[in-house]
Amino acid sequence: MARLNTADDETVIHVEGLRNAFGEQVVHDGLDLDVKRGEILGVVGGSGTGKSVLMRSIIGLQPPQAGVVEVFGEPMIGREDHEAQQVRRRWGVLFQGGALFSTLTVAENVQVPIREYYRQLDDQLLDEIAAYKVAMSGLPPEAGPKYPSELSGGMKKRAGLARALALDPQLLFLDEPTAGLDPISAAAFDELIRSLQRTLGLTVFLITHDLDTLHAICDRVAVLADKRVIAVGTIPELLALDHPWIQEYFNGPRGRVAAEAAERAAVKETGE
Amino acid sequence: MTAPADFRFDQHVLHFSGELTLARIGDLSRRLEALGEAPRTIDLGEVDRIDTVGAWLVHRIAREHDVEIVGADADVCQLIEQIAEADKPLKIRPDSSPPFIRVLREIGDATSAAAHSLAGLIGFFGATLIGLWGLATHPRRFRYNAMARQFEVVGVKALAIIGLMSFLIGIVIAQQGAVQLRQFGAEVFAVNLIGRITLRELGVLMTAIMVAGRSGSAFAAQLGSMKLAEEVDAMRTIGVSPMEALILPRILSTVVLMPLLGFYSAVIAIIGGGIFCWIDLDIPPITYVQRIREVVPMTDLWVGLIKAPVFGMLIALCGCYQGMQVEGNAEEVGLRTTASVVQAIFLVIVLDAVFAVFFSSIGWI
Repeated sequence: MARLNTADDETVIHVEGLRNAFGEQVVHDGLDLDVKRGEILGVVGGSGTGKSVLMRSIIGLQPPQAGVVEVFGEPMIGREDHEAQQVRRRWGVLFQGGALFSTLTVAENVQVPIREYYRQLDDQLLDEIAAYKVAMSGLPPEAGPKYPSELSGGMKKRAGLARALALDPQLLFLDEPTAGLDPISAAAFDELIRSLQRTLGLTVFLITHDLDTLHAICDRVAVLADKRVIAVGTIPELLALDHPWIQEYFNGPRGRVAAEAAERAAVKETGE
Repeated sequence: MTAPADFRFDQHVLHFSGELTLARIGDLSRRLEALGEAPRTIDLGEVDRIDTVGAWLVHRIAREHDVEIVGADADVCQLIEQIAEADKPLKIRPDSSPPFIRVLREIGDATSAAAHSLAGLIGFFGATLIGLWGLATHPRRFRYNAMARQFEVVGVKALAIIGLMSFLIGIVIAQQGAVQLRQFGAEVFAVNLIGRITLRELGVLMTAIMVAGRSGSAFAAQLGSMKLAEEVDAMRTIGVSPMEALILPRILSTVVLMPLLGFYSAVIAIIGGGIFCWIDLDIPPITYVQRIREVVPMTDLWVGLIKAPVFGMLIALCGCYQGMQVEGNAEEVGLRTTASVVQAIFLVIVLDAVFAVFFSSIGWI
């Protein structure tokens, strides 16, 4: 029986005792985190708590000073480049601004990772792959031959997502995917991530400030504070904890509004 | 490791097997296209894993022939459905025209861009004059601090590199001149050559090229980045005129500094030439200086000093104008910076030729 090409390991990302410091300033110290297969893990934390640094450490852009990082059960720190490459092609990354290559069109951007790893594919299939990836990311067909400078912020993020999905990754890193989008686009983007995650069986590591995103699509939430992950769990589990920052984050005025909205959406879904 | 993607075809049933994934797909797509007959059923029962690429290949066949798909679990059926929904034809890159038309269009574009650029530069010169008039009538708005900073950046910090360049040029002129004139036994005239050419032409010209590369480009890049970061817009909203705060200090300081730098360059080149004459031609420095005073007419100095501020104006104008034209993305900053240097050097040389003809015809030979 055919099945989806999902990760085999139960734990997709394993971080233990991570330490990151820039000069005198210590960002992470003894940080532990596990991401399970098939979940959407939201990572939250105040500004400057090192959410992006954590992501960069996991994907190998920021070598940590100490600690263990394993992705798909493979240690990632101090690996030879060609060994790390084998793991890299199994994940996709969406950077904050989309990070599209400005000299290539959207469709060519999507083709870049495929061309890099699978040179034997014929051009026709490459074009077809780019076409359905662009469509799956919710972009209109007209966006294909456009250059990144001709796109709006939301379209850039969708194009970035299409490129992140190019290699059919089992793991997806998203850095603030809904930041800078209007509420309607942000909700549509949440929905897109959720449906792609379900269809493709993805594991998603999602950094966000967006409380609506947390409520709408995250299975679990990891809270970064005091240089480590102080708690991981579903939002109700986190709320049961007596930590002032968590309480303020989820029970502040914005947090309550987002929670109510999520509740209404859930009622509507079950009602139909 | 599981088997790569493969298929076999019997009795109108297409059996896929192995891993139908991007990594293991190989040339399956081409082999499928070579398949003559149309299948009625696609069997995915022997497939180990499937991703969107595999689903796409299955969908591609299903789209063309009315087939039934069996042997897939619910998740995979949903994936194939999603892929079917995403099947929208897409252009990969904008249409390109035939090469001949493209060349014609590029020539046309370049011509009109050059004309626009020149017109824009003249317009910008006008705006600068209006800005200067505004300063002249309201001298209190003059920004001494910005001007002093530009003096330092454009002038003081350029002394070392311009000095070194001029020193070497002086030596080269003396050496080359001596070698050629020696054939006529007239190597002493190398002194005339050094004195006249540095004061009249090379001092100012080489300085202009150096300033265009050092400061003109910096103006374009600074103003361009400021425009991208909306700093210029922020200034306008606060009520600060970018012309007075950014452009005039740069233009004025370059206009003032160019004659000084040009004169300095000529003097250093004469020193460099003198040292060569002393060592190679045995002309002692005292005699050298005396000869320079005898053979270089005062008009040569005036020619250099009159040209210098005009060149400075041009360089700063090109730099600031191109910087203020930046719009859109970071790539534009690079393009505009290059354009500012090329334009400035080109215009300086054109104007230098005009000056040469002009000064000759008024008898300043």
